[in-house]
Amino acid sequence: MRGKPVLEAKGINKYFYSPVKTQVLKEVTFQVTRGEFVSVMGKSGCGKSTLLYILSTMDTDYEGNLWIDEELVTQKNSNILSKIRNEKIGFVFQFHYLLNEFSVLENVMIPGLKLDQKSRQELEHIAMEKLKIFDMQDHALKKAYQLSGGQKQRVAVARALMNDPLIIMGDEPTGNLDKKNSDIVFNIFKDLAKEFHQTMLIVTHDPEFAEGTDRIIEMEDGYIIKQ
Amino acid sequence: MKIGLILNIAKALMVARFKQTFIAAIGVVFSITMFVALLGFMNGLNQLLDGLILNRTPHIRFYNDVKPSPNQPIDLSGKFTGFYNIIRSIKPAASRLSIYNNEAIIRTLQEDSRVLGVAPKISAQVFYNVGTIDITGVINGIDVEQEARLFAFEDYVTVGNFMDLKNTANSIILGKGAADRMMAEIGDVIQATTAQGNRIQLKVVGYYQSGLGDLDNVQSYASINTTQKMLGESASYITDIQTKLNDFEQAPAMAKEYREIFGIDADDIQTVNAQFETGTQIRTLISYAVGITLLVVSGFGIYNILNMMIYEKMDTIAILKAIGFSGSDVNKIFITIALTIGVFGGIIGLLFGFLAGLGIERIPFETEALPTVKTFPVDFNPKYYVIGGVFSLITTYFAGYFPARKASGVDPVDIIRGK
Repeated sequence: MRGKPVLEAKGINKYFYSPVKTQVLKEVTFQVTRGEFVSVMGKSGCGKSTLLYILSTMDTDYEGNLWIDEELVTQKNSNILSKIRNEKIGFVFQFHYLLNEFSVLENVMIPGLKLDQKSRQELEHIAMEKLKIFDMQDHALKKAYQLSGGQKQRVAVARALMNDPLIIMGDEPTGNLDKKNSDIVFNIFKDLAKEFHQTMLIVTHDPEFAEGTDRIIEMEDGYIIKQ
Repeated sequence: MKIGLILNIAKALMVARFKQTFIAAIGVVFSITMFVALLGFMNGLNQLLDGLILNRTPHIRFYNDVKPSPNQPIDLSGKFTGFYNIIRSIKPAASRLSIYNNEAIIRTLQEDSRVLGVAPKISAQVFYNVGTIDITGVINGIDVEQEARLFAFEDYVTVGNFMDLKNTANSIILGKGAADRMMAEIGDVIQATTAQGNRIQLKVVGYYQSGLGDLDNVQSYASINTTQKMLGESASYITDIQTKLNDFEQAPAMAKEYREIFGIDADDIQTVNAQFETGTQIRTLISYAVGITLLVVSGFGIYNILNMMIYEKMDTIAILKAIGFSGSDVNKIFITIALTIGVFGGIIGLLFGFLAGLGIERIPFETEALPTVKTFPVDFNPKYYVIGGVFSLITTYFAGYFPARKASGVDPVDIIRGK
């Protein structure tokens, strides 16, 4: 299985138009293969988040080509992209981004309900299993807003795993956490890589975090300078 | 399951902003209540007012009109054919008012399946002699039973029993206005003179009050036999044949048909009472306009509240999109919220509207002009409930459509980056 490309970007250029036309990504080309734990490093403003949004298919306004699971996704219509996000990509953001209206368990289940391939009972069971990985099963019935920051982030990771995605993308997942919680979350990612061989692409500016990953992609001024 | 999920999310969003959702629903409830109550009340009144005239108007009336002969001698002369003849100062022909062969006509009409009933009538001009004064009036000779069956005669006999007209010889039911002028009590005997000069004594057995003052000052009722005797005519003398149809929409066509067969004049209700139709239509139009305005206003309320909800829930929308919900899914969520408000508000509104109608129906409404009416009339026609329900769905759908479209267009990158 190892060696098959999960994500492939070729010659990606991205411009911002306001206030003036500036190029934020310049001929970005790289690959992530199955099972890799990759981090993207760089100073703020170097374009690493922008790159992540493009790779996640949420941002479609770019030049170049992007393959996910060996399928060209550039120029696909937004409904197909939504489906790809749902099935193949798990997200973890810098801010928790749970749905406050729902319980922890429902938050984790929603991607599965959306995918609509298993019964509700099965999904509930799977979601519980995912929560157990992060030792959050006792909080399953709490509302999302009743959790602490670190707990929320753990739930968010559990949600990202819900549909067993091909790749997990993280946008500074530890950026908003204190040292202790950030360590917990970091260890979770490491465990995922080691035990589950989960493919992951994490944007971070924390060198310590990057140290622990298989591969570091360094960016500066829209270029990849080292990978 | 996917619909279930969308309903679930819509529900969660509504519960989270329960107060606003509730207020939006109250707006719909109020407008639907008013819509249904207003239309019911308005149309109840319409029917009452139209009924004043239309219930007592025959659908087709057969009679001999006083008019000049259409066949003038000059047209028969061979010398003047091919000319356009103008004759001035023509006088009506001395035709008889009585309908010739009326028994056969009545029999033919009664056998027609489109006809509900036939009531013969005699119209006689009289003077009521009160001391030295003569008051003009019209005595209608009627077939009491048919008149009661077809034209609700008994409803308008406010004092006395209408059947006395048939059972008592030489009796009369006086118009209320005429009776007041003559100061005639029940049981009094009044004297009338016909246009031919015959005098007759008539016993007052009741008062007739239609609610139309002009009519009550002039019209009085006697049985056909009494009237024939009064006029000195035979038992076959009849001046009008009144017909009521099963479907009054057919009146114009049938009037035309029988006018040709019988060779007498026939007026249909539509031609005679065109102005009532117009009045009714305009009143209905106004009540619909008011009702729909209410609904549109409540639609704006829903629009506002959904818009606010979308601004507050930008994060939620962004997350949903990031984890794989498409724009159309988000669209459906907000349309669902709008329609839920519409459905629940609509149902409760219809219920309240019905209750309001029941309430209005209890309010006393007594007036001299309308002797048969004791409370406000309300029309509970299901039509208004259907229209109200459908309109509540349409307005809430459109009120939800634009906010939902905006929500579906939210770019998750903008929201996530903006944090």
